[in-house]
Amino acid sequence: MERAASRREFLKIAGGAAAGLGLGAVVTVRPASATPAEMQEAIRSVIGTARVTPGKVKIELPPLIENGNAVPLTISVDSPMTEAEHVRAVHVFTEKNPQPYVVTFHLGPRAGRARVSTRMRLADSQNVVAICQLSDGSLWSDSAAIVVTLAACLEDGI
Amino acid sequence: MASALINVPPKARRGEIIEIKTLISHVMETGFRRTQLGVVIPRNIIRRFVCTYNGTEVFRADLHPAISANPFIVFSTVATESGTLSFQWTGDNGFSVTESADITVE
Repeated sequence: MERAASRREFLKIAGGAAAGLGLGAVVTVRPASATPAEMQEAIRSVIGTARVTPGKVKIELPPLIENGNAVPLTISVDSPMTEAEHVRAVHVFTEKNPQPYVVTFHLGPRAGRARVSTRMRLADSQNVVAICQLSDGSLWSDSAAIVVTLAACLEDGI
Repeated sequence: MASALINVPPKARRGEIIEIKTLISHVMETGFRRTQLGVVIPRNIIRRFVCTYNGTEVFRADLHPAISANPFIVFSTVATESGTLSFQWTGDNGFSVTESADITVE
């Protein structure tokens, strides 16, 4: 009885220590990450100084993902996709990845439908921003928050 | 060697919007990772994906390190005429893969 109790005690302490170590590792081994300000800078370097209005674009992203190495991302834009009015490009940025610029999709009237999907990496729980550029030059944006359990970019190489 | 998977409907009605799915095997090494000895693993990614329909570009994507390994891209196009859709991925270290798929439009 005495022995069982001490074993339990030991496991409790060991578990606590392991959890503490794990937390410490997450805090100290975090890779160099960008900041929201750097994301703004990246956005400006791509689209210039034009005004961006929220709306029209929609990011479809799971609210919580276990593996940040492959996060399904779908972006759709409310546009008729005709010769006169279509989406020219869709840019995707992240707040805290080491490099905020994720991808640019170039579309046109031949796309028929403004909807694209891919899989992205996320280094941390953060906001993802999509900006679309319409044929009339106007810019629209949407952002989505996501919680990442296992971050990408943390694991070591070979 | 890299291999690509493409999903294009073999037949479509004229004017129909078809969905195209592409997957290519590639490590998409970010250039931010290090080996256990602390040496940075150089970046090796696909930088550009282009889809042309009978020679006309219908879709293009500029990829960056934040795209997952084995890039998976889904997009759509209007089935205008019978012909060939060709897909090209280009990237670091002279990476270049071209694939094509035929479509019959009725």
